[in-house]
Amino acid sequence: QFTRDTLKGHSRPESSSRSAFLDQRDTLWMRRLLCSDEMVAEFSQMLDWSDSALRSFAWHPHTDKFAVALLDDSIRIYKSNSSATPTLKHRCQRSVCALQWKPLCGSALAVACQSCLLIWHVDPTSLSTRPSSGCAQVLSHPGHSPITSIAWSPTGSLLVSASPVDTGMMVWDVAAESAVPLQRVGGGGVTYLSWSPDGSRLLAATPSALFRVWETRMWTCERWPCLKGSCQSACWSPDGGCLLLSMQGERVIYALTFSDLTGMNNNTYGPPFLFSLSLSVGGEVCSLSWDPRGERLAVLLKGDSQAVNHPSVIAVFKTRSSPVFELLPCGFVMGEAGAEPRFMQFHPHFQHGALLTVCWSDGRISHVPFYFSSAGLLGGDSPQQALASNTADHSSNKLYTEQIS
Amino acid sequence: MFSLKQNSWFIRKVVIWRAVASIAWSVLLLPVTTAVFVLLSRFSLFHPIQWISDCTSLLAASSTIFSLVVLCGVVLITGFFNLEFYTLVPSIPCSRMALLGTVLHPRQCVHSLVYCTMGMLVMWCASVTIGGRYSTLGTTCRQSESGEVVTCLNEYHLFILLAGAFMGYSHSFLGVVQNMYYVSFQPIQQYKYPRFKGCLPMVVKCSVIQALYSARNFAAFYFFFGYAPKTWISSTLNLQIDSSLQPLDSLTGLLDLSLLYHLSISGTFLYLTWYLTVLLFRIYVTEFLALQDLALLSQHSLSRRLEVFSLSQPGGHAHNWNAISRECLSLLSELTQRLVAHQDAVASNGRVKSQSASSDTRSASSSSSVVSGTEDIAETPRLSVPLRTPGSVFKSSVGGANSALTAPFTPDVDSPFSSPAIRRLVGQQDPQSPCFGTVQSPHIMRRGPKPWSASTESQSSGSPPASPATVPSPPAASQKPSFLAQWLQNRREQVKSFLAKRVLIMYLFNKLPEASSQALFADSQAHIWALQGLSHLVAASFSEDQFGVVQTTLPNILSCLVVLLEAVDRHFKLPHASSKPVRTICSMGDSTYKTLRFLLRAVLKTTIYKITTTFGEHLNAVNISTEHRKRLQQFLEFKD
Repeated sequence: QFTRDTLKGHSRPESSSRSAFLDQRDTLWMRRLLCSDEMVAEFSQMLDWSDSALRSFAWHPHTDKFAVALLDDSIRIYKSNSSATPTLKHRCQRSVCALQWKPLCGSALAVACQSCLLIWHVDPTSLSTRPSSGCAQVLSHPGHSPITSIAWSPTGSLLVSASPVDTGMMVWDVAAESAVPLQRVGGGGVTYLSWSPDGSRLLAATPSALFRVWETRMWTCERWPCLKGSCQSACWSPDGGCLLLSMQGERVIYALTFSDLTGMNNNTYGPPFLFSLSLSVGGEVCSLSWDPRGERLAVLLKGDSQAVNHPSVIAVFKTRSSPVFELLPCGFVMGEAGAEPRFMQFHPHFQHGALLTVCWSDGRISHVPFYFSSAGLLGGDSPQQALASNTADHSSNKLYTEQIS
Repeated sequence: MFSLKQNSWFIRKVVIWRAVASIAWSVLLLPVTTAVFVLLSRFSLFHPIQWISDCTSLLAASSTIFSLVVLCGVVLITGFFNLEFYTLVPSIPCSRMALLGTVLHPRQCVHSLVYCTMGMLVMWCASVTIGGRYSTLGTTCRQSESGEVVTCLNEYHLFILLAGAFMGYSHSFLGVVQNMYYVSFQPIQQYKYPRFKGCLPMVVKCSVIQALYSARNFAAFYFFFGYAPKTWISSTLNLQIDSSLQPLDSLTGLLDLSLLYHLSISGTFLYLTWYLTVLLFRIYVTEFLALQDLALLSQHSLSRRLEVFSLSQPGGHAHNWNAISRECLSLLSELTQRLVAHQDAVASNGRVKSQSASSDTRSASSSSSVVSGTEDIAETPRLSVPLRTPGSVFKSSVGGANSALTAPFTPDVDSPFSSPAIRRLVGQQDPQSPCFGTVQSPHIMRRGPKPWSASTESQSSGSPPASPATVPSPPAASQKPSFLAQWLQNRREQVKSFLAKRVLIMYLFNKLPEASSQALFADSQAHIWALQGLSHLVAASFSEDQFGVVQTTLPNILSCLVVLLEAVDRHFKLPHASSKPVRTICSMGDSTYKTLRFLLRAVLKTTIYKITTTFGEHLNAVNISTEHRKRLQQFLEFKD
């Protein structure tokens, strides 16, 4: 799959044809703009969620397959070595805001919908293109909708869901279909969830200037009031020791280091670091994504809709966590003319380096490989061949990183 | 018995103290709930100041203090019943007859009686607190003809008292039906206070809903039958019936809004007292148990894991790991055997033992021989089934089926928590248990065609007040079917075919769907923890096990898991096994046991995935059979 992608450039043929098809039906589907839809659009990780042909995207954590949620509320699953693309449709599957595959499982896909949470069980061996809605479990709890974020625990045993209108987040035992609400007043809802890769902590962002970090053993939490703006996006380092956050309306990345990795007791924190990005392209930091090896950080910078020359752009940084945390500018990822990046995610297990998947505003999905050998092994990076084809290093744009505190 | 002794140790030292702490907290919460009740019962919209001052003076009154003492007594008795009746393995009646049997069980009758009395006591306190027209049983009234003052029966007071008894009975009854005393474990661990805080709204909501239902039912009940207790009380206590007042067992009498309000308020108070006690008991008692501890700490604590992987200092034996893996594997293989036996029972039930059935048995025997292979290592004497010929395998596995299958049906209320006695959950059946005698009868019944059994006949007679059809037979007959047994069997079938034609009997004895499946997995929480603990330990051993102690048992663990997975998969192909139960919206009864089998399947798959993804290609070097390797390969490719 990846060699083909590298050869053919960044877009898959079926993606582009699909987007053309969807564009015509845009008006049809845009009628159903409800109030909760606006809420979903605001808190979705997909930029401009409401008029995007792609609603959500998720790589499978262990195999080469991914799921894409489309504007018409269907979900398609693409696999690397099979042409069958199952399409998932369900009566309750409206306004899909987030997708996530269950870790340590071949088949289960969690879907955050407007009214409920759906767990699809898509048999990987079956050739059926239209799994029946009987394959889906519907999980719902009164007062807990729309759901804008979901997170599986890395062991696949628990699923946490969050809604901006519910102060509690639900910890689901999916097989038993039972939920334990974790209520905390303050913040007024939970918008974004992110589980650390080692499973010991869970970030929960609220719509107000506050976020919480839960430890997942006894489920107690720490409040982190922010100075201004709510937490927009976050990502964990692969060892779970460092959390990068971006705030709404700020061009700054915050880093939070947790010095005790075992999560047992006496949590001590390093001082929160600040990385200020002053870029002449792009604007506030919308989305963050860290590759599973912890060597590349992709930052989606939101463009200025008024200015012509300020499109949204993805900036890529080299990262190093020891001896001190470092961010080195690496390059930009640009799409075709007129296309803006909407969403990005790193492939969870790409052997030759890192593979960044980007969803564009024209409905394309592109895979951008970064070939490098791990810094821990060789001490140096090989040049990034693939970047040259569809990305451009804007030498005119100034990009620098500085450590403030 | 070793395990029994351990249990009693655990109950005496741990569970009792936890129960006492929970009761103490319930008692401490009583003044709060009482104050809220007083405020609500005296509520008046138009005189707020008078309302508040009335309530404060009432709270300090001696009658309220006395009510509090009575309520404390009620809470103590409730707590005692919680401790006495709680169970980790829910009793799942497989037919309506069995359910009826449980409800009419003497133990349950005592329970209902005590709860009726407690309900009346609480309602008496409530009526005294509300005061006004409810306060006493006798009131002064004027006889209409003669005009002289006599003591009359206060029907309002009687109404409230009877409502208490009614609610007490319905609480006790629903406790059986909804398995109120079943204690389940949350998927996540929380401290007691946040957990209590999180559950409190649910409990309040449940008690309000339950009180409204009960009030409605009681009103209907009193409308039809209220005359009887009224005349009985008035004649025994020599009280007159005030004819000037509207009698309450009439439509106009019942449509008294203030009466209904007070009824539902005091009902809510009653239920809330009981539910809070149950909730606190559950919270206290489900804290930190051994297997759960293993599952959680194996995930979270590096130092504890290293201790598991360490070798004993003189001798260099991996005692820690061997003990842990042995316990877990014996638990799991016991479940496998139970499932295989159940499938055999289902397969050989409806039809005559055909060729396909025997091939089934053979495959089962091959799988169970693998299990017994692990057993030999595990040195569990209880499960060492001699497996030589397919025939003997069949017989012995069926024997195992009966003992294992009926185990969940023993009214095993004394079953304590698993903590140090992991083994206890395995050693379910107890020779002294009252059901043990009836265990043998399904043995024989299985042989012939059963008119009213859909799938798993062997369980219908598991309940002690057994059906008229199940005549207890000598246990020896099951081993060698003699002439006598043959004759008995023929008789029984005649009786059965006669009874099967009666609709009511059919209704009572029909299988409740999926009950047998639920019953099979009733105690699966222990298996789930064992699986989780094993998976975390084995996965961690990939990088942390310095001496390779886990490697030696890895083939056993893998084959045990795969065999269990096959058994579970086959179980889910049975009718009703994969249908989800209907969700109950709001009840105090815990229905998680209904979905334990789904949970077990999910955890089992996750366990295997965890091991396969951690070890990856190295699994090919592990010495396991080709069939199992093929299955594991599917997991490696994420094709399962």
